[in-house]
Amino acid sequence: MDVNGLKQHALNIRRNIVTQVYTAQSGHPGGSLGCADILTYLYFEEMDVNKDNAGSASRDRFVLSKGHTSPALYATLYEAGIINEDLKSFRQLGSNLQGHPNMNYVKGVDMSTGSLGQGISTAVGMALANRLDANGKRVYALVGDGESEEGLVWEAMMAAGHYKLADFCVIFDLNHLQIDGNIEDVMNPTPLDKKAEAFGFNVVECDGNDFESIAKAFDAFHKEKEKPTAIIAHTAKGKGVSFMENNYAWHGSAPNEEQYNQAMEDLKEVK
Amino acid sequence: MAQETRNAYGEELAKLIVENKDIVVLDADLTKSTKTIEAKKACPERHFNAGIAECNMMGMAAGLAASGKTVFASSFAVFAAGRAFEIIRNSICYPHLNVKVCATHAGLAVGEDGASHQAIEDVSLMRTLPNMRVFVPCDQYETKAVIDYVAKTEGPCYVRMGRGKVEDVYDENKKFDFTKVDVIRKGKDVVLFAMGLMVQEALKAAEEIDATVVNVCSVKPIDEESIKELLASHKEAYTCEEHSVIGGLFSAVSEIKAKTSITTPVTPIAVMDTFGESGKMKDVLKKYGMTAEHIIEVVKK
Repeated sequence: MDVNGLKQHALNIRRNIVTQVYTAQSGHPGGSLGCADILTYLYFEEMDVNKDNAGSASRDRFVLSKGHTSPALYATLYEAGIINEDLKSFRQLGSNLQGHPNMNYVKGVDMSTGSLGQGISTAVGMALANRLDANGKRVYALVGDGESEEGLVWEAMMAAGHYKLADFCVIFDLNHLQIDGNIEDVMNPTPLDKKAEAFGFNVVECDGNDFESIAKAFDAFHKEKEKPTAIIAHTAKGKGVSFMENNYAWHGSAPNEEQYNQAMEDLKEVK
Repeated sequence: MAQETRNAYGEELAKLIVENKDIVVLDADLTKSTKTIEAKKACPERHFNAGIAECNMMGMAAGLAASGKTVFASSFAVFAAGRAFEIIRNSICYPHLNVKVCATHAGLAVGEDGASHQAIEDVSLMRTLPNMRVFVPCDQYETKAVIDYVAKTEGPCYVRMGRGKVEDVYDENKKFDFTKVDVIRKGKDVVLFAMGLMVQEALKAAEEIDATVVNVCSVKPIDEESIKELLASHKEAYTCEEHSVIGGLFSAVSEIKAKTSITTPVTPIAVMDTFGESGKMKDVLKKYGMTAEHIIEVVKK
């Protein structure tokens, strides 16, 4: 693993996240920045997806269950050379880069998501299909901590545990913030680890903004042959942009010109 | 003969799942009621029970379909179309995935279970979704043909079936064309548009009032041209549905009429914006006007 290479990809992705949201003057920068390292790891280390096989279903697949962080997915697919869309068209009329991702518009998007709780449920279906096809491919779903207040998340967890989908990995993006504030204040979904364990998951924790830590978590997923794996990834919402970090106000608002310039300054080079 | 449409579904699906290796069947703890148990017996490895979790069943169906499977997902209509509505909307219809939502126990004919289980708004809900096709077969032969048809038709489909036995309208020689309405009987001044078990009632009523009877199995897409011609060639039109007057067949026919200069009045025979209640199937249907006698009464008024 080339940590410096990954850091450079993540930096490029973060710059494009901020640029998309700034250009659109709309979107969700906080959660997108927070999960950028996880997406970087998935697309540059973990999954067998590349620009040549992205159009096929017989490969590892990723479902962005927290679909509002689409800027992170678009920027990652762009960084990986899978898409060549104009990222500045994000959220604009006629663009393929919809506010929430559409699998039929954007190459490499494995499921249309946006309505919280549904992505993980569809990912369980994909994992069942992989088992039927005995293709040995893996399915990953990234679920927000606020999203896990949705009951459907737990219906899906129950099914994955019940069917012992060992090639299924759910990553909980635990940044402790949702639109209305701290998750613990709005509607506390924690402890996620104990819940996942109770639903029959192999549970691993990691620092979701540290590649060495993320790598260990996915290694634990690979070693598990009986149960699905839940990675509880501790992240900082707004990671990399000083004034956005750990501030729920940046869940769904766009920076102005001055803030944009500041953000690009913060994201000038790998730290 | 009389047969439950859900039985016909179970038989046909058991045949299809063996013939077509891409078919996967999901159910939500109602395999004996929806009759997907027949498919499970025929091919247990491609039948999954989602448990009492209809929303997750629809999500899993979407994921399986995104992996190239042709998915049949079954539950009672009130849970399939109602409870899981938004999953069907966002994870099946929006991405145009190959999922066949085959709902049984639709309408008042559920009987004893009462209003909580009597879906009277499912056609309305499903019809409003872009990319969704909606079918309401009236008997066992039409049900089998619809199931064959949706299995071969790419994209989301909703099939509405009932719990109780319904008389045969057709026989095994009938060649169905679901792109067209089926004019089963030709009458004089009155045309009755019917779907589901109201086709049988309309046919009975037509004997007395000499009406044209039109079976509208494909409620969406709907055969606009034939319906326009039938409206124009009759003096009075009636829609007969075991469904809410809002959003179902009455709405579909009225929407077509509204776009034309045709003046033929359209009168609904439907569940008049009310919930049903417990009772024997025949008694409930009678109380809420789902009978030939009521059709005759309305037409003669």
